[in-house]
Amino acid sequence: MNGLGLTIAVPRGALLKDTLDRLDAIGVDTTEVRSNDRKLLFGDVGVVTMRPSDVPTYVEAGAADVGITGKDVLTEQPERDVYELLDLGYGACRMVLATMDGPDPSAEALRRLGVMRVATKYHKTAAAFFERTGRQAEIVEVKGSVELAPLTGLVEAIVDLTATGTTLRENNLVVREELFVSTARLIANPVSHKLKAAAIDAMLERLRAA
Amino acid sequence: MRPPIHPIPSGTRDVLPDEMRELRAITEAVRGVFERDGYGEVWTPALEYETVLGRGNGAPPAYRVFDDHGEVLGLRTDMTIPIARVVATRYAAAEPPLRFCYFAHAYRAVRPHRGQMREFLQAGIELVGAPAPHGTAEALTVLCHALDAAGLRDYRIGLGDASLYPRLLAAFGVSDEAGGPLLDALVGRDFVALEGELGRLGLDETDASLLLRVPQVRGGPEVLAGAQEPLAAALGGLRSVQELLAPEVAGRVIFDLGLVRDLGYYTGAVFDVYDPALGAPLGGGGRYDDLLGRFGRPLPAVGFALTIDRLHIALTGEEHEGRR
Repeated sequence: MNGLGLTIAVPRGALLKDTLDRLDAIGVDTTEVRSNDRKLLFGDVGVVTMRPSDVPTYVEAGAADVGITGKDVLTEQPERDVYELLDLGYGACRMVLATMDGPDPSAEALRRLGVMRVATKYHKTAAAFFERTGRQAEIVEVKGSVELAPLTGLVEAIVDLTATGTTLRENNLVVREELFVSTARLIANPVSHKLKAAAIDAMLERLRAA
Repeated sequence: MRPPIHPIPSGTRDVLPDEMRELRAITEAVRGVFERDGYGEVWTPALEYETVLGRGNGAPPAYRVFDDHGEVLGLRTDMTIPIARVVATRYAAAEPPLRFCYFAHAYRAVRPHRGQMREFLQAGIELVGAPAPHGTAEALTVLCHALDAAGLRDYRIGLGDASLYPRLLAAFGVSDEAGGPLLDALVGRDFVALEGELGRLGLDETDASLLLRVPQVRGGPEVLAGAQEPLAAALGGLRSVQELLAPEVAGRVIFDLGLVRDLGYYTGAVFDVYDPALGAPLGGGGRYDDLLGRFGRPLPAVGFALTIDRLHIALTGEEHEGRR
């Protein structure tokens, strides 16, 4: 176990490297995590690694005391009963509404057909966004490359996460609206937040200083 | 031959004899404590008129039906509102304090998961006509007795005050309208959003940092001491409860200055029950000094409910810990 006595859920993927750098900076030794990308549970340092979208599941159930994941994941899982403690600042990307370049096909669909079709992996985020902005949208949930959907005529628009915009540009898509900017967040289980208050506060303190 | 499949609604489940024996052992132990401490058990209908449930400002009913006269009925979401109705209608002239307990199912449209079904059994008490701080201290004491009797070992009680943060906001001149998003962030357990909302208010920097720091404070009685105004005044309610607690109860309490509960009717002390063997609270309660007035009999009141399924899971978890 790490010096804090906390089990930490760490996201694999784009947030992994920055997360491990931060953990190193606050005194959690991540050498073993870096050297082994097949192993998932590192009991000696109190780290478990998983997909970012699984982090709230483990933290809510108390299988991990704290975890790090993107705001995009938290927005898509609003029902999770976890504390959001700190904006870690890294992993910045934008949740955007994008369509094919040229005249906006989603505006035309809305005007003439009353409903726009939108492909996304973030169906709750997208549905809440269109509800908030008073537009009728049919959400088409896809699992793979969202960019394909408007190119084939499946939908008029997509809601997706973009860091640099390169993939959008390569597929002739342009950003029409920005929903929010997502960064990495530290979250905590509500019971651990009370019963391990000193450890969690110490971790927060060190992360703020790091 | 394959057995026939007759599904049951999402969020409900059957309890079979092995589990039932364990649940019974828990409820019998808890019932013994409630009866001994003077809380008489009541039953009320699972279905109430929607207008009665709505009067209480609690969670809206998740399941509604029409009766044969076209009236809208709702399945109760907790027992606090039905008992408030009972007190106002059946005990209209009775001398307070009144003590009731219940073992009853409540119904909510939650995402069903471990320890949280849509139909769930609660055990709890309502202490009506006993104001703070004595009523609150009595409820906390009964709560500890009940958990001890159930055999739970490592539980703690988080104790906060629903009026604390609104009082601080008022003291710093934040209007109800401007304070709404702050309370929403607090209920959503989102301190990142709280910090953002505080930044938007254009408060004095020390005031803003206090409003961000205070709801993250939790710990022993030391967190109630040494505060300056206006925080010291806002902590007065919690201090007066703390002074009344017997050592075995006080030792279980974690003061949590950010604790809020999502039901609208809480007015003062609020509390949650935690156990290291479960990642979610086993139950909770608090003061609802305005609720009875909405039913026509203004009396201060306090109560709590334990979710029996969660208590059972925590007891099983502690058993496993003990074996390790």
